[in-house]
Amino acid sequence: MKNTISARVADFLKAYPPFNEMHPKDLDALSQEVSILYKTKGSVIFEEDGQPHEHFYIIHKGAVVLRKSSKDDIIDLCDEGDIFGLRPLMANENYKLGAKAYEESILYAVPISTFRPYTQKYEGVANFLIESFASNTRNPYSKSYKGKLLGESPALQPQIDKGLLDLQHVNYSKKLVTSPKNTSVKNIALAMTKRKVGAMLIVENGLPVGIITDKDIRNKIATGIHPITAEAKEVMSAPVITYPKKMTIAQAQMAMMKNGISHLCLTEDGTPNTAVLGMLSKHDVMLELGNNPAVLMKAIKRAGKFKDIKLIRQRVTGLLKGYLDQNIPLTLTSKVISELNDACIKQVIEISLKSIENQPPVKFAWLAMGSQGRSEQLLHTDQDNALIFENVHEKKLQQIRAYFLKFSKAVNKGLKTIGYEYCPAEMMASNPEWCLSLSEWKERVSYWITNPGPEEVLLSAIFFDYNLSFGDITLVNELTAHIFKETEKYPIFFLHLAGGALQNPSPTGFFRSFLVEEDGAHKDFFDVKRRALMPLIDGARVLTLSHQIKSINNTAERFERLAELEPNNEVLFSACSYATKALLKFRTKQGLSHNDSGRFITLDTLTKEEKIKLKRTFKTIKELQELIKFRFKVTAI
Amino acid sequence: MMRFFKKLLGKGKRNYPDFWMAYAKGFDLALPDTLNDIRFVVFDTETTGLDIKKDRILSIGALSLQNNTITVNQGFEVYLYQHFYHAENIAVHGILEEESKPRITELEAIQLSLAFLGNSVLVAHHAGFDRAMIDQALQRHGLPKLKNRFLDTSALYKRTLIASPLLQKQEHYSLDELAEKFDIPTTDRHTALGDAYITAIAFLKILGKLERKRNFSVKGLLR
Repeated sequence: MKNTISARVADFLKAYPPFNEMHPKDLDALSQEVSILYKTKGSVIFEEDGQPHEHFYIIHKGAVVLRKSSKDDIIDLCDEGDIFGLRPLMANENYKLGAKAYEESILYAVPISTFRPYTQKYEGVANFLIESFASNTRNPYSKSYKGKLLGESPALQPQIDKGLLDLQHVNYSKKLVTSPKNTSVKNIALAMTKRKVGAMLIVENGLPVGIITDKDIRNKIATGIHPITAEAKEVMSAPVITYPKKMTIAQAQMAMMKNGISHLCLTEDGTPNTAVLGMLSKHDVMLELGNNPAVLMKAIKRAGKFKDIKLIRQRVTGLLKGYLDQNIPLTLTSKVISELNDACIKQVIEISLKSIENQPPVKFAWLAMGSQGRSEQLLHTDQDNALIFENVHEKKLQQIRAYFLKFSKAVNKGLKTIGYEYCPAEMMASNPEWCLSLSEWKERVSYWITNPGPEEVLLSAIFFDYNLSFGDITLVNELTAHIFKETEKYPIFFLHLAGGALQNPSPTGFFRSFLVEEDGAHKDFFDVKRRALMPLIDGARVLTLSHQIKSINNTAERFERLAELEPNNEVLFSACSYATKALLKFRTKQGLSHNDSGRFITLDTLTKEEKIKLKRTFKTIKELQELIKFRFKVTAI
Repeated sequence: MMRFFKKLLGKGKRNYPDFWMAYAKGFDLALPDTLNDIRFVVFDTETTGLDIKKDRILSIGALSLQNNTITVNQGFEVYLYQHFYHAENIAVHGILEEESKPRITELEAIQLSLAFLGNSVLVAHHAGFDRAMIDQALQRHGLPKLKNRFLDTSALYKRTLIASPLLQKQEHYSLDELAEKFDIPTTDRHTALGDAYITAIAFLKILGKLERKRNFSVKGLLR
């Protein structure tokens, strides 16, 4: 029976090979036999060497990781629209790989008995299968991942090694940017700037006749050889050097080097006499070759859709893993990663601004709070953000807030798409409580500072680590100045903030054993965030705020600054800075190996050395807590 | 003693049709005690309005869910003949009387629904309303109320939220809000089966969250 759901399934499938080869009627029939599976993150879909299921799977939402346990290597990471678990069914053998949900996922399970007849009926479907089995990839036409996910780090490297990677077919950009011969150079330069490309193809009757690159504009216009009003045909390099579209990365690199050019034009048969299919730039080749911060940064800034950023962020994670594996100092690592994360957030905001109908009516500032605000967010975690907008007349307040709420909703959604889960406590700019005008914010923080109950202290602890992600800095500076003015008037606030910082008990218990969680989903795990990192973070915050420093948010950097300011406590603060970095690195490594926030650690998995290292940081935490207790006279509450 | 007596009398007083007896017999069996073995039916009714007494069911959509899996060809979707029509609802649901969907009578819809539901656990968004609408329809045909257990995704969702002084919980959460929180596309919103699908995905995600909580038990869920 055809129904609303099967129609929806068919609608999804028809966009992906091999289903795009099928007649709608057949696809409808197939879709009716599909089962829809929901898998929580980390749950097993099938085991390595397991009996084949009666279904193979297509990912509707989420991601699935295929692994071989003997090597514990990720063989493949499948994304929306990818097929997996089909080959063993066709070959009648057990699963060669194990499949697990890498994220929360929704899968379509297609019964092999229903699907098999179509492999005979449609040549396209059969070819897809042959090619995909032969090339040993789930989707030979796929543009995604291959060579992208894989960074320098060997752990993320799939079975194809670097050498083979060079022989991979390149992904070229199919969105052509072209102009006719008589366009003025000025207009061409404008179009290139707008589309953020380095070269413009000049076409006539669909055939490539010339190319204008950044270099041509520098060499021929800026030097005064041609006026800016010159037409394209006077300036373009011709004839165009063309290649067939089936090129490997190595071939493309060779072609560029041989001709001393940075852009290749790909045509149907590889000659300039057939239609243009796409362009391949040096940047595209670089992108294929791996992860490096500069390439990733450029890719982020070019991203036009949230989904693009999500893919780039997966590569940022690859980069992070590589850095940690190579033991690059955490200060540097966290700087690079934070910069990239920051750029991702900025780009999400840019994209949202472009898609919203009206531009912002007044100035605003988008703030990152919590770990993001402290630039300590190395892994994907929840989003915490807030928005300040310029003071407006009371009559307009409702309307302006409505605008920013709508805008924030789009940004929050975008951030979720790229991997930041919604904040479970709804501390997000799309919540009217966190989307306020400057004077409303001032009122709010004044209230917190003058009425420091437990809730207010908690809120200030989260909020006061704010950092500008996007927008107008003067709004932020004004708010900061206001906070200092208020805390100076009500120093008792620090006492309460310090009290909050001491709330988390010292991580070691009686007999110097670890304090583990006593109940809940994480029973018997060690909560590295609550027990070890939070005391340091909270301590650094109250100490720097009492010194009237707001420009430094990063906990380790805060301690370094404190060490400079208070020479008599230099040893302790330096130790705190070191402990923070060590714990953060510890947490990040844990998180990467378990694909989670790294917050909870099973003690059994630690080596003796790691345990000793952890315990050493606890001693520092204890000393810090003593200092805070003494300085702010916390026992008084 | 009195209750037993009444029950005996009640049973004797009325002869229910065979399809009801078959449906009722399904409840002789106890529900399985592991989550993966329980059959859930997620459903939604589109109605002419919100008045339980006056308004009527326009369509019923339901799908069967077991072991975290929805089987598409077990989807259930029926459209009912309408004698009175509230024009204002057409705008919301887009169901037009003249539309070419095959239609059935209310009694036929009841028969088909009961056969499909069986002794499953029913799941709906704001389940109280859908339940009342169906119970009313049953009553019009001289039948008792539904015997199934009910779960309401709106109430279940509230249980997933963290207990924090910083989070103000709403009294109710609409299906649109849930779809937004869980990132479920709302393409087929306001068709009975489309809404049932959105509810089903939301339900699965809620279950995923609840299962991770301490003190989770199947009994507690169904209570």
